[in-house]
Amino acid sequence: MSAVIDTHDHSHDEHHGPAKGFTRWLLTTNHKDIGSMYLIFSFAMFLLGGSMAMVIRAELFQPGLQIVEPAFFNQMTTMHGLIMVFGAVMPAFVGLANWMIPMMVGAPDMALPRMNNWSFWLLPAAFLILVSTLFMEGGGPNFGWTFYAPLSTTYGPPSTTFFIFAIHIMGISSIMGAINVIATIMNLRAPGMTLMKMPLFVWTWLITAFLLIAVMPVLAGVVTMMLMDINFGTSFFDAAGGGDPVLFQHVFWFFGHPEVYIMILPAFGAVSEIIPAFSRKPLFGYASMVYAVAAIALLSFVVWAHHMFTVGLPIAGQLFFMYCTMLIAVPTGVKVFNWVATMFRGALSFEAPMLFAVAFIILFTIGGFSGLMLAIAPADFQYHDTYFVVAHFHYVLVPGAIFGIFASAYFWLPKWTGTMYDETLAKTHFWMSFIGMNLAFFPMHFLGLAGMPRRIPDYALQFADFNMISSVGAFMFGATQLLFLYIVVKCIRGGGEKAPAKPWDGAEGLEWTLPSPAPYHTFATPPEVK
Amino acid sequence: MSAEQSYYVPEQSKWPIIATVGMGVMMYGLASVMVTNTQEGQAGFGDWLVFLVGVALTIYMLFGWFGSVVRESRSGLYDAQMDRTFRMGMGWFIFSEVMFFAAFFGALFYARVFIVPWLGGEGDKGSSAMLWDGFEATWPLLQNPDPEAYPGPKEVIGPWGLPLLNTILLVTSSVTITVAHHALKAGNRAKLKIWMAATIVLALVFLIFQAEEYAHAYGDLGLTLSSGIYGSTFFMLTGFHGAHVILGTIILTVMLIRILKGHFEPEKHFGFEAASWYWHFVDVVWLGLFVFVYII
Amino acid sequence: MRVQLSRAGSLMAGLFLVPQSALAAWELNMTPGVTDVSKDIYSLHMIIFWICVAIGVVVFGVMFWSIIAHRKSKGYKPANFHEHTWVEVLWTVIPFGILVAMAVPATGTLLDIYDTKDADIDIQVTGYQWKWQYSYLDKEFSFFSNLATSKEEIYNRLDKNENYLLEVDNPLVIPVDTKVRFMITSKDVIHSWWVPDLGVKKDAIPGFINESWARVEEPGIYRGQCTELCGKDHGFMPVVVKAVPKDEYEEWAAKKVAAAEKERRLTSKDWSLEELMERGEGVYNTACASCHQADGSGAPPAFPALKDSTVATENMDQHLDIVVNGVSGTAMQAFGEQLSEVDLAAVITYERNAWGNDTGEKVTPKQILDYKNAQ
Repeated sequence: MSAVIDTHDHSHDEHHGPAKGFTRWLLTTNHKDIGSMYLIFSFAMFLLGGSMAMVIRAELFQPGLQIVEPAFFNQMTTMHGLIMVFGAVMPAFVGLANWMIPMMVGAPDMALPRMNNWSFWLLPAAFLILVSTLFMEGGGPNFGWTFYAPLSTTYGPPSTTFFIFAIHIMGISSIMGAINVIATIMNLRAPGMTLMKMPLFVWTWLITAFLLIAVMPVLAGVVTMMLMDINFGTSFFDAAGGGDPVLFQHVFWFFGHPEVYIMILPAFGAVSEIIPAFSRKPLFGYASMVYAVAAIALLSFVVWAHHMFTVGLPIAGQLFFMYCTMLIAVPTGVKVFNWVATMFRGALSFEAPMLFAVAFIILFTIGGFSGLMLAIAPADFQYHDTYFVVAHFHYVLVPGAIFGIFASAYFWLPKWTGTMYDETLAKTHFWMSFIGMNLAFFPMHFLGLAGMPRRIPDYALQFADFNMISSVGAFMFGATQLLFLYIVVKCIRGGGEKAPAKPWDGAEGLEWTLPSPAPYHTFATPPEVK
Repeated sequence: MSAEQSYYVPEQSKWPIIATVGMGVMMYGLASVMVTNTQEGQAGFGDWLVFLVGVALTIYMLFGWFGSVVRESRSGLYDAQMDRTFRMGMGWFIFSEVMFFAAFFGALFYARVFIVPWLGGEGDKGSSAMLWDGFEATWPLLQNPDPEAYPGPKEVIGPWGLPLLNTILLVTSSVTITVAHHALKAGNRAKLKIWMAATIVLALVFLIFQAEEYAHAYGDLGLTLSSGIYGSTFFMLTGFHGAHVILGTIILTVMLIRILKGHFEPEKHFGFEAASWYWHFVDVVWLGLFVFVYII
Repeated sequence: MRVQLSRAGSLMAGLFLVPQSALAAWELNMTPGVTDVSKDIYSLHMIIFWICVAIGVVVFGVMFWSIIAHRKSKGYKPANFHEHTWVEVLWTVIPFGILVAMAVPATGTLLDIYDTKDADIDIQVTGYQWKWQYSYLDKEFSFFSNLATSKEEIYNRLDKNENYLLEVDNPLVIPVDTKVRFMITSKDVIHSWWVPDLGVKKDAIPGFINESWARVEEPGIYRGQCTELCGKDHGFMPVVVKAVPKDEYEEWAAKKVAAAEKERRLTSKDWSLEELMERGEGVYNTACASCHQADGSGAPPAFPALKDSTVATENMDQHLDIVVNGVSGTAMQAFGEQLSEVDLAAVITYERNAWGNDTGEKVTPKQILDYKNAQ
């Protein structure tokens, strides 16, 4: 898409700049401040969840129990998953949305700025409660990030109740954040910015926000049922009282599958901005990209039970969910084909955002392939709950969501800070991440196919070699992220070239019409889009 | 879509951070109360204190935050575009509430259509019945698969007594609030006050009846949260609905107070409209409950 | 340590040389297995895998062509196309066609897997934290199958044997050429019973029964594991299935039936404290030690200590109640239905006299039987 705008003078801002000191961050209503806080919080959680992954990989480096006991190992796998999903990936995308959506649609701020600040600050509160469970009697959550009943109810540690309330707070935060995004996009677009002129990042976030509002309350519902089973004697998940543990899984995955797309759609959007910019060629098939995202989002409501092929669904259900799941490959394929067609016969250059974006397409597609394999219900009987699944979702989440976030960060850092990041270091960051990530996760395909179950602290000897490689790769990937921290800090402190308003010659969109760094208040007077 | 020049972006505000601390403390305290209750049988004063501090902070925040929004609105800071934002915000919030209830309705349908027949020996997983000697699939479920762990209710509440009355009350209250809304638009303040008060009275009577029904269920019928899946779904659905009615009644009361203070104009009164949307939503949920929980 | 060093060595060799002989240890692919179902699954897996490879080659081929040929640094001028209806229709329709073609054999295999009718033998498989129970419903005997790998191996004090973590004390024995139906359930949390070679993976849901089946052609030992996170020792509850010729199976089953009968007789025998202690130690180590630890120290608060505890030194009735009926809402299971009267008596006696608890009290199998009957 291309938005051509009138030249406008944005210097007559009636608002003043940021407040001084800590109250700037505590009391702020500015979408850029809040976006920055989301991104910083997300990176802190990324390091915390990542260090838990390091504990996991260290224990799995060799067969036998060396470093941690199984009970603690289970807490690590659980917290790693919860922190990465709810603390790292989702807030990072909300941070990007906060920074970019108002600038992309020509709005003065998010639609409800005070609520926006509340959405953010609820997250540290929620994670304070969540992480504090690790230090409670009986330990923290140890039942996997999917917290299947009755392991998480009757058999869960006492701290489970705290975990439930932490989830409630996160849910409230997400729902308010999503309402804000929808209201901003639907109501605050600049004159002339029609829906089909919106950048794809805005489109994907609009659909993501819809998914969030639709499914976060369902998550709240299922943890509330857990809460009642644990503390008030209900029997939702206990057959002795006419309940069913599988009911938990149905409700959880009704939330959980759209959740998976919540974590990938904004990355689709960001990559759809970056690929055309560095191909110097408009995005191929803009309209079909929009329809594909919408189709993926709608299908995500009718595929949840493919996470449950082995729970003994009736055959009709098994077939229905298998067919619907396979169908998702069609719109997802369309997106990949469109990206490749965008690159085809462009004039490509490979700065860090493009490197991450191209790696995103390749590796996400590999994750998509293993997803298609997992969709085949009979084959899933062999793959389910093995390392093949672990490989699959790390391929869609690490080079998918996380690489999408890195690509976005490098793409927009000059706009945020007014300084170019260090390209050589950024390329090093990319290649170390790329190699480390593949080393860590590709062997997991083999491990799973050879029969290694997931979520185990110790394994049979035939799995030893690939586990060792995987751990080496994971340590490499983990350590590399400290380099990213250094690059960003250097950039924020102004250590680099000054960035022009539009540092990428192929980039399109309203945000590049603003000076770098973007002023504290932008588009107080809406621009005119033609 | 046009964007007016004066979209209101508020200055720094202390309310979000107070709201965060309030909610965090409240939730932490509530969790402590529940955990000590379950683990040790009796929550201590300290747990309750933390919870109550959180509640107090939250109430303070609600007064302060809504107060400043009302002030800003009345001093003319909000334009038509801001009004649309509020409408979208309220609309999507109600949608999220719908999805919350959907989770519990889903649990009810799943229990009735799948779980109970399977445990009783019918359907795809009917062989499960060999684990539950003597269990028969019926609905309402008066005898649970393991009656020792979950003693079933003697009887359940029929639809044609209090529940029917409650349905009439709530539907009527939806009508009265609409009448009040029309009065507001017509500028007839006296009529507005009367019909608004009538709505609140109907809501309160509904709540009293509901409390009466719960007392009857617990005291006479042995229908409790722990009387198996029937009690679980019954109390979760009606309980959460009841909580929403309480919240709705509080909102309506606040609206009445604002009306008495002379707030709202015939053309511009979104606060009132939001309250009435919420009330209609609570009403619709009840109709769903009446059909699926009580009648069928 | 030497094991690990040699592993590291072979790892390096594997990385740089990949000699043909070493490939055997580098298991890359799914097992075709030994049943018709597992072979069907394997072929589905390979078909979909090659389809993915083919699509990947085309898509990545075009992409790498662009990456190599269409570079700005080479002075390549960008084209300006951004739509092409026919191409877009084609790459929507063709994948759809491929998926339909794939769904056909998948549906067939699925229907086959779900066809549990007309089985010759029914075996109820019950998951417990953290072991399996196999009940032969036609023959009226049952037994537990526990991990046989020693703590010494797990904690690296002894070299690990070839079947490390994949060995049990009592494997499930089934006859070949027989349709065996598994009625899978659980007594506590969700487990999942998986034997890759049989192509069977089914979750064990407490309170429900999931059916699955297998007909094994080849005699042999087939190993698998629990594949649903079920708590602390999820990684330590393997499944071992031993398929034997039919006559051998009948012989084995007859012995099992006789042993069950003998066990019932043992209940009425007079037991001395020493006999009970000796038997109790064995029972304790398989049934209790994973939580309460071999020295009775437990892992509070989830798993209380038994050493010097009031339950194990004073209140006998409470001790009986906890062991027989479990403690609801905790990980303490009701062992009354898992262990025989003899084993229950032995283990309670052991707990009351081991690790310095020295009460000198004994509980006889007869007492246990009376206690159970009184409930």
